[in-house]
Amino acid sequence: MISTETRPAPTSTARWHVAVLVGGFALLAAVAVVSIGIGAQAVPPMDVLRALVAPDGSANQLIVLEVRAPRALLAIGVGAALGVAGVLIQTLSRNALAEPGILGVSTGAGFAMTIGAALGGVASPAAELLVATLGAAGATLLVYAVGRTAPLRLVLTGVALSAVLSGISLGLRLMSPDVFDKYRFWSVGSLAGREQAPLLVPMLAIGLALVGALLLSRSLNAAALGEAVARTLGANIARVRLATLVLITVLAGAATAVAGPILFVGLIVPHVARRLARGSVPWLTGYALVLGPLLMLLADIGSRVLLPTGEVPVAIVTGFLGGPMLIWAVRKYGAGSL
Amino acid sequence: MSALVLRAGRRSFRVERRTLWLSAILLGTILALGFVGLCYGGATWASPGEVLAALTGAADSVVIVEWRLPRVVAAMVFGCALGAAGAIFQTLTRNPLGSPDVIGLDAGAYTGALFAFTVLAGTSGQLAVSSVLGGLLVAALIYLLSLSNGLSGLRLVVIGIAVNAMLQALNSWIVLRADLEVAMAAGAWNAGSLNGVDWADLVLPLPILAGLLATLLVWFRPIQQSTLGDAVAATTGVGLDRLRLMMVLIGVGCTATVTAVAGPIAFIALAAPQIGRRLARTPGVALLPAALTGAVLLLTADLLAQMLLSPESLPVGVVTTAIGGCYLIWLLTQEVRRR
Repeated sequence: MISTETRPAPTSTARWHVAVLVGGFALLAAVAVVSIGIGAQAVPPMDVLRALVAPDGSANQLIVLEVRAPRALLAIGVGAALGVAGVLIQTLSRNALAEPGILGVSTGAGFAMTIGAALGGVASPAAELLVATLGAAGATLLVYAVGRTAPLRLVLTGVALSAVLSGISLGLRLMSPDVFDKYRFWSVGSLAGREQAPLLVPMLAIGLALVGALLLSRSLNAAALGEAVARTLGANIARVRLATLVLITVLAGAATAVAGPILFVGLIVPHVARRLARGSVPWLTGYALVLGPLLMLLADIGSRVLLPTGEVPVAIVTGFLGGPMLIWAVRKYGAGSL
Repeated sequence: MSALVLRAGRRSFRVERRTLWLSAILLGTILALGFVGLCYGGATWASPGEVLAALTGAADSVVIVEWRLPRVVAAMVFGCALGAAGAIFQTLTRNPLGSPDVIGLDAGAYTGALFAFTVLAGTSGQLAVSSVLGGLLVAALIYLLSLSNGLSGLRLVVIGIAVNAMLQALNSWIVLRADLEVAMAAGAWNAGSLNGVDWADLVLPLPILAGLLATLLVWFRPIQQSTLGDAVAATTGVGLDRLRLMMVLIGVGCTATVTAVAGPIAFIALAAPQIGRRLARTPGVALLPAALTGAVLLLTADLLAQMLLSPESLPVGVVTTAIGGCYLIWLLTQEVRRR
């Protein structure tokens, strides 16, 4: 490759990446501690650490262990899932504008939630979780069935199916005030109170899928170079594509099911990560793994402190955090390098 | 594919035969659908004879001439305008996602409308003014933000998507805080609807849209040439930056005018150019098929919106998204099968 001549030698590049990543994880841990401390009842950082390491059952520690830590963990899980899902879909579709929602994940979940609410079946957090997951998986399956032969077709099919589903669910919502009311609260992604839902299964799914994404990223690197090159490098394009789509569905579907649609994170994280990773998909995945949770935690802190009157849903904070970031990146680096 | 070259003085138009045939068929479909639209309305059918009599003035029919005709005309013209606006933006940005509803014009109009609903009284006049202002402000913001050393299509789309996401966050935040009735009224407006459109609503929009579309017909060819690359376009003698600005203005003008009367009717601007392109089998987005497909889509959607739950009438935007999406999926599956 010609372009490698201008880059540092491979070993020093790897060392540089590792150093940046380690720094990133340290920063992430610090932000997580701050995030756990902030709220209606402020907890000093040392108390947070003490509660996590050696719990003694005091009131502050109960807050940390029962509410704040699960919520921070939720933010980290959702952020990592969305960031990595964004990397996967953008690499697979070779479209810098693709986000995990483009495969119909969030509209599928929203459609299922609308139907569920219209039938009166979604009463508990667990039921919400199940319905949203089913919707996300169903929609992605359909998109895959139609668009699997080419990346552009995949994107177009996703957009088209999203439109169909959102049209039908909008019609249903406009006919029933109850359904409309339930949906408008679900449709703005939020972490508030979601930490009380049964999170073990979705979090486990996200964790497994993240490991899978890291393992797959090397083959995806080859696939990203184009079909012909990938074949000569010995990668099975069809299998890689299928595995990637399954991972995107699990990651974005689980994140949407637990927190509602917050998919802007999946668009912005890969863009920032790409500045650091310099064209290597495995490192890109690694950076998304740090940047996604970082963005999510910061947005979650913002959602709790921005307004004195109450919480702002986190999806609104990510929107106003991610939007200017994206505009800045485009203006600074140009759209061609996205 | 064989092509037809039409010459008129110094201007010449090169039209693919397939595009010409397709346009004729689409035009026929539009007229047929329009006729059905005149026959049906408010859950009652009129016979074709009655409609013809009313149109030629042989018989007086307030229902057909004053109620149904403006609605049908609006569906035809608005559909064309939305399809054309989509063709402009998708050609400028060379991206199927570069349609007005993706890059935030509709979201900006919705923000304006939400302002009218929550702060003002929410009358139709206030809605029209504030939604147009919202859309225009957003368009200006996106244009200025994406301007540096000339206009780049992809940069415009990315910045549009970013602005769109922020506006949607803002909109859903307002909807979340509003009373349920206000929120539902806003939601219904946002779906886009031709319910209750009469001649008085169309006096201003029709000439505006006609002017915009006529200008577009003359200038679309040079714009398509510009997609071959800036260097090629410069050699053909096209003043790129001024042309692009003009195209953006026309596209925004079409979208804003339609939105002021009918609300943001989603998905036609996105789907019509892609469907038209696949029907015409042209390599890029073609203007005429896109505009005509837009009209067919909107007419069909409006008929279905009136029939599906009659006597209740759904917002037409609900149906445009549903049928436009279904048709696009079907076209994509056909492409897969042909391989």
